[in-house]
Amino acid sequence: MTSHVLLIEDEPNIAEAIRFLLSREGCRVSTLHDGIGAAEAVRTERPDLVILDLMLPGCSGLDVVEAIRAHPETGDTPVMMLTAKGQGRDREAAEKAGVTLFMTKPFSNAEMLASVRALVGK
Amino acid sequence: MPFNLLVLACLGYVAFLFAVAFLAERRAAMGRVGWLRSPLIYTLSLSIYCTAWTFYGAVGYAARSGLEFLTIYLGPTLVFVGWWLLLRKLVRIGRQQRVTSIADLISSRFGKSNLLGIVVTLLAVVAATPYIALQLQSVTLSFAVFASETPEGWALPDRDATAIWVAAGLALFTILFGTRNLDANEQHHGVVLAIAVEAVVKLLALLAVGVFVVWGLAGGPADVFARIEASELRDWPLEPGRWTGLIFVSAAAVICLPRMFQVMVVEGGDERHLARASWAFPAYLLLMSLFIVPIAVVGLERMPDGANPDMFVLTLPLAEGQGTLAMLAFLGGFSSATSMVIVESIALATMVSNHVVMPIWLKLRPKAALTGDVRRTVILSRRLAIVAVLSLGYLYYRMSGGSAALAAIGLIAFVGMAQVMPVLVGGLFWRGATKVGAVAGLVTGFVVWAYTLYLPSFGPDAALSAAVFAEGPGGIGWLRPQALFGVEGLDPLLHALVWSIALNTFAFCLFSVLTFPGPVERMQGAAFVNVFDAEAAGPKGWTRGWAEPEALLMMTQRILGEEAALALFAAEARAQGKDGFLPEPTPDFVAGLERRLAGSVGAATAHAMISQLVGRATVSVEDLMAVANETAQIMEYSAQLETQREELTRTAQQLREANEKLTQLSVQKDAFLSQISHELRTPMTSIRAFSEILTEGDLPPEMVANYGRIIHEEAIRLTRLLDDLLDLSVLENGSVQLNIGLANLQQLIDRALAAAGHTRPERSFLILRDLPAENLFVRTDADRLVQVFINLISNARKYCDAAAPELRIVVRQRAGRVSVDFIDNGSGIPKQSQRIIFEKFARLTDQTRAGGAGLGLAICREVMANLGGGIDYLPGQGGAAFRVTLPLRLEQKAA
Repeated sequence: MTSHVLLIEDEPNIAEAIRFLLSREGCRVSTLHDGIGAAEAVRTERPDLVILDLMLPGCSGLDVVEAIRAHPETGDTPVMMLTAKGQGRDREAAEKAGVTLFMTKPFSNAEMLASVRALVGK
Repeated sequence: MPFNLLVLACLGYVAFLFAVAFLAERRAAMGRVGWLRSPLIYTLSLSIYCTAWTFYGAVGYAARSGLEFLTIYLGPTLVFVGWWLLLRKLVRIGRQQRVTSIADLISSRFGKSNLLGIVVTLLAVVAATPYIALQLQSVTLSFAVFASETPEGWALPDRDATAIWVAAGLALFTILFGTRNLDANEQHHGVVLAIAVEAVVKLLALLAVGVFVVWGLAGGPADVFARIEASELRDWPLEPGRWTGLIFVSAAAVICLPRMFQVMVVEGGDERHLARASWAFPAYLLLMSLFIVPIAVVGLERMPDGANPDMFVLTLPLAEGQGTLAMLAFLGGFSSATSMVIVESIALATMVSNHVVMPIWLKLRPKAALTGDVRRTVILSRRLAIVAVLSLGYLYYRMSGGSAALAAIGLIAFVGMAQVMPVLVGGLFWRGATKVGAVAGLVTGFVVWAYTLYLPSFGPDAALSAAVFAEGPGGIGWLRPQALFGVEGLDPLLHALVWSIALNTFAFCLFSVLTFPGPVERMQGAAFVNVFDAEAAGPKGWTRGWAEPEALLMMTQRILGEEAALALFAAEARAQGKDGFLPEPTPDFVAGLERRLAGSVGAATAHAMISQLVGRATVSVEDLMAVANETAQIMEYSAQLETQREELTRTAQQLREANEKLTQLSVQKDAFLSQISHELRTPMTSIRAFSEILTEGDLPPEMVANYGRIIHEEAIRLTRLLDDLLDLSVLENGSVQLNIGLANLQQLIDRALAAAGHTRPERSFLILRDLPAENLFVRTDADRLVQVFINLISNARKYCDAAAPELRIVVRQRAGRVSVDFIDNGSGIPKQSQRIIFEKFARLTDQTRAGGAGLGLAICREVMANLGGGIDYLPGQGGAAFRVTLPLRLEQKAA
């Protein structure tokens, strides 16, 4: 399976860990370090999955989700949201914005891989 | 009989009266009024209607005019039996309004008009003067009779002197018991009891003379009737006009005469006593008139021609040698005269002092009401008024020559006082009567009476010239005093009565209709006319009145506001099945409305206002006082409410502020915890992910080395974050341990530069310093200060975005304080962010690479606060610029 995953994560070390894990699984991973232009990238790259950090420099991950959902061509793209804050309030807001899966940092690699498989693997 | 004995008897009698009056006063003063206020005493006090004129004059009247004297008794009898309602109303009003005289009553009825009080007082004084003269004359005459009849043949030295002595004696008695003290109700128990005793004496005396005449001189009743049949009295024709007029005038007199008003309303003032008196007083009059005709007939038979019939009561027993009986008759006449004069002068003195003297005195000395001894002035003015009234009586007696028949003088006074009658009756039964009408009527009646009856009574060429009598003033024939408007041939008394009363009533009605009563007048008018309704209906019911719905609505609007009032009235109208806003003012509705208004303006005010509109304005002084009290209470209550409201507002404001602070703190705490969570979880995520990857093995060695390095980096970052948090917590709690010592600033900056050099070591950074300026010693915690310097230098190294970055360190010393500026040549911190850079986690950009958690500047601020200095951002320095200030010598804080 050669799923395309767009990773939007400002922490370079975390981005590297996820890229390594997913690449090893055969996914093609492209990485953005901020939310600016993220929705645009989703439209042009048409990834199978978007993995998105909640706290991004410049804008909130929620805005990015809403932008993805608002566009007809990208509206049904699965979005996994990562957050280090992990408060119930953030989870509610994320689900309301249209996030497909909400994952709290830190996560186990197995947990991450299983979720990605579930979202893209069918 | 020796004259001395007569004088002695007189003095003894007066002394007896003094004693009676004194004891009654003392009894009343001790609060034991008891029988002093009884129907019997009340009825007997009413008998002052029978003066010396009745006692002596009635016989003379009968001798001259036959049965006509009866009219003088018939008038009062008719009033007491037939017009009891009027008297009851008078007494009720008198009690309710605390009326002190007839002048007060009239003045009070027409809006407490002092002008009316003066007019009535003047009228009363003028009308009473001949009447008092009459009493003086009768007493003097009776003395003269004794003098001429005495066998010793002593002659009365001077009649005028006698009259003066009598007047002076009466004045003394009146002053002593009429003005001893001031009673709010103008009641004089002593005087009332004294005149009650005198009433008994005069009745007994007259009855005794009558019995003596019928059974002693004539041969019993049968013989007396035969003699009457044979006498010329039988031939006297009954003149219907005179009878009608005299009955009217005596009926008016019994109501209006100041002394009658005094005993009937002011002294008595009890309706139950009035009920008894309504038959007892006519009975007394009947007894008084029982023997008049027999005495007159027998007197005419027995006495020589030319004997004064007015004195028959006295001369008959004297002529028959009945000295004791004559003495009794004399005392009876004396009683009649004195009781009348005493009460009349008390009544007149009250009027003169209340309506003439006091208003003038208060006007001349406006502050007297507050400061002066009003009581003393009142008493003095009453005493002077008594003396003045008696002096006037004496003067009239001298001027009129003392010869006119007693009855004629009495009738002049009656007609005079009858002028009050139209205004009085109108005031009691006609709400439309006005003050102007009353003044017009009274003045008209007074002038006509004076011109047609009073002035002529002095005789031709005394007050009015004979020419005026014959041809009218200035020859105007229709103005002749005794033939007004060309009406001739009428009896002068009847002429005066008809014209004065007719013109009086006409003027009263005309001006009442033409003028509009003032507010107080209307209030008082309603209170007088509806005096019984008000009490019968009860204070809260509105069963009798009828108000204009529109007026009620207008008033309600003023109190409740337009919309509420309209809604209220519309609802009631609907309930009554009517359209619009004007319901029938049913008693229930009006009562409900009053309750509704009472909620807004207070019960008394609401009642007073509704009263006005319902037309039963019985607003008493008590009501007005209640209104005033209510208003005061409402004002006080509102003031309290206002204070409470202010306090509540203040408290609410404080609570709101406290709550805001707490909410803010709570929000800040949540945000802080959330930030800490984020800052802790982020390095943990990397550490966990890479440690799992490394555990799985199967990795090329360079990747193992790389991922191991990441784990190490993130572990250090985590540790530093925890250190910072602990540090900040200690600094914020103020529980930091400072290690204060002397240090060279230049060395401290060297240490900081060396430590911060590890930050982005790949960049070449130009440091500009002024070493001589840095070379100073500060007393502070060196390690903490270095911590701040490192933080600032590291930040500059991290964030300065200039191509050739440089940092200037400027040290200044001034007034015991040192400032150290760190200025780089980057783009600086945007203005909107300068405010928040010292807050915790106020990370402006991605600083992960530098490993900061955003607590650095917050820690710097806390450190400098602990070192007694501060840290500020300096705007406008061409780059990021921070100034650290600290005291040159930090004193060790007391533990």
